[in-house]
Amino acid sequence: MVLSLVLTAMFAAQLAPHDPTRAVAATFGDPGAPSFAFPLGTDELGRDVLSRIIWGARVSLIVGVAAMAITMTIGVAIGLLAGFFGGSVDFALMRFTDVMLTLPALLLAMAFVAVLHPSLLNVLLVIGLVSWTQIARVVRAETMSIASRDFVIGARALGGSPARLIVRHVLPNVMPIIVVMAVLGTSGTLLLDAGLSFLSLGVPPPTPSWGRMVEEALIYFRTAPWLIAFPGMAIFYAVLGFNLLGYGYLRARGTRVGR
Amino acid sequence: MIAYLIRRIVYGAAVLLGTSIITFIIAFVIPADPAVAMAGAKADPHTLATIRHQLGLDLPLYLQYAHYLGRALHGDLGRSYIRRSSVTQLILSRFPATALLAASAIILSLGLGIPMGMIAAARRGRIADNLLLIVSLALISIPVFWLGTMLLIAGGLYLHSFPLGGFDELRSLALPTLTLALGSAGYYSRILHTNLVEALEQDYIRTARGKGLSAARVLARHAMANAMLPLVTLAGLDLAGLLSGVVLTETVFDWPGIGRLAYEAVFNLDIPLIMGTVLFSAFLVVVANLIVDLLYAWLDPRIRLGEAP
Repeated sequence: MVLSLVLTAMFAAQLAPHDPTRAVAATFGDPGAPSFAFPLGTDELGRDVLSRIIWGARVSLIVGVAAMAITMTIGVAIGLLAGFFGGSVDFALMRFTDVMLTLPALLLAMAFVAVLHPSLLNVLLVIGLVSWTQIARVVRAETMSIASRDFVIGARALGGSPARLIVRHVLPNVMPIIVVMAVLGTSGTLLLDAGLSFLSLGVPPPTPSWGRMVEEALIYFRTAPWLIAFPGMAIFYAVLGFNLLGYGYLRARGTRVGR
Repeated sequence: MIAYLIRRIVYGAAVLLGTSIITFIIAFVIPADPAVAMAGAKADPHTLATIRHQLGLDLPLYLQYAHYLGRALHGDLGRSYIRRSSVTQLILSRFPATALLAASAIILSLGLGIPMGMIAAARRGRIADNLLLIVSLALISIPVFWLGTMLLIAGGLYLHSFPLGGFDELRSLALPTLTLALGSAGYYSRILHTNLVEALEQDYIRTARGKGLSAARVLARHAMANAMLPLVTLAGLDLAGLLSGVVLTETVFDWPGIGRLAYEAVFNLDIPLIMGTVLFSAFLVVVANLIVDLLYAWLDPRIRLGEAP
């Protein structure tokens, strides 16, 4: 499923039957019902919904993955530092994590976007800032168990600097769990981005992201429910794809991610 | 027991202090000029100067924070710029609707999630287990706002059996509750499944089986006793996640609660109201966790008798 998404995003130009930003159907301001020419219908400006969803895959995936990268950077850094140094560093960082866990992610993101401006970069940063807590906790737990193993203690006794120890010895061993968390986390950032877009706080138009397509279609919910249904299914498909990949891997390995 | 409770209360207060620092930073430090952010870009210099003085923006940051905190401790979260009334009163007037929605959603999600998790654990590795894994992952993956909208279209528009949003009769509670509960149900089912599978591998389960008890009884009585505790903790912590869903659900269903209030506040750039709703949500989460801690202390004899948890 994830592979199909990546391919769709890469070959959007080849796959999309129409230009997503131009009117291709003469609908005179009304959304067009699904038909043979336009399988998923057209929107109020006569744009082909299927093409918009295909192009939306590119936007949504880029936002989801980029936001995930920022989330991972923050979460992994905090988790590694807290787990490796322990003591007061750990205490300070974990209490900060507790505070962030107390704040509802979407509400905090809304507050951030309200005082900043909803540009692509800001949306990415905000999603990263509100969703790193889970990753920090898991990475911290892994780091703690690895840092107490013999080979790390040995390297430390040989006089390796903390930075070298973390990068050379701890990080490679934490990597598998980081990869799983990144896959599962992408489903989270995709949902958060879709939620923000739905509240008109996401990446600004004309970029056709799936969440915003649902939001824009809301006023036609009586006459053209397909405008809402199909982009939502696309979000669902993408999020489910990442979740299945992550959990499937965990189940195959017989391990589990900490709570 | 008393010492444990005092520790939890102090901890909760410390967390709230931390959240107040974060909301303060968002409201007063990040915007280049909070006065402009609050009054709008077109405000005249005189208005801006008045607002700056009212907000104490001419003071050093730590004093500004001290004032902000002092007012918050007295229950004063500032005045809404658009509605021209007290933020605290606005939030309190919207609280019952949100509490009703959240409570019914938690009950429904536990009501669905617990049996799902139990069945999956009992049928471990069989078709039912794999099927339930996929179902619960699907539930987790549905965008809340989309599910709400689709339910609204199906239930309100085509079946005519539910009102199109708003809150005037008990029936209008059904669709928002379902919208909010399904995702959590999938989540709880996953967690309970993991906990149960882990509990079933313990020695005391083997003992119970050795006594000749039926598999169903072992699962329901013995394994559940240990698997439920982490789930209770999680349900408390998950309130933060639930409140994120509340914002979307209330927006879709035009539900007169705090989530909708927060959305309107963001839409109007009503910064005191936004910060008020964020801080109040954090307060709710901390209180919920405190209640969970109390329950835990009451349920777990190790804590009740004063041993280290």
